[in-house]
Amino acid sequence: MSGIATVAGLALMTLGTLFLLVAAIGLIRLADPFQRMHSATKAGTLGTALVILGAMLLGEVARPQTGLLTILFLLVTLPLGAQLLSRAAYLARTPMEGIDEDPLADEDRSGLRRK
Amino acid sequence: MIGLVAWTLMALLCVALGLGAWRMLHGPTPADRFVAFDMLTAVAVAFAALTAVATGRSGFLDVALVLALVNFVATAAFALFLERRRS
Repeated sequence: MSGIATVAGLALMTLGTLFLLVAAIGLIRLADPFQRMHSATKAGTLGTALVILGAMLLGEVARPQTGLLTILFLLVTLPLGAQLLSRAAYLARTPMEGIDEDPLADEDRSGLRRK
Repeated sequence: MIGLVAWTLMALLCVALGLGAWRMLHGPTPADRFVAFDMLTAVAVAFAALTAVATGRSGFLDVALVLALVNFVATAAFALFLERRRS
């Protein structure tokens, strides 16, 4: 049983690290902040959660409640943070790659801003 | 064996850290830098978890939890800053 848990934990940690690596490559390769956010947030969340899950499965070090709390918190806050950031980036008129005509470009966005 | 794998994975994560840092230093718009910072903190959380496995000290998992907590506050603050910057 513990042998299986060890192998599964190591596999999950490796998978998570690869996900984080892919996220970092996407951060370099993609064209504008919104695309980079897409790579960094999704792959980054999954990668980090997998690494912590693997560390929990390895058993001898991890306290399961801390790990579970961390994973739960990551899954809740990283997408939230990305949404806040993308909204702010759009309101700050960050240029978007591949979108030549933004139908909302002439709109007055001041109503969307927080006072 | 487990420790060796954990150290190897940390060496791999260093590549991700370097790529993220490059984007954070060069990224043309402030939004790029903030996205890269978000990503770097996620990498740091993974680093903390791997360190807990490699050294056998479960205290590093608490470090991961705190980093995840601080990350959200930092991202929200940066988003607010970005939103108000050009008003």
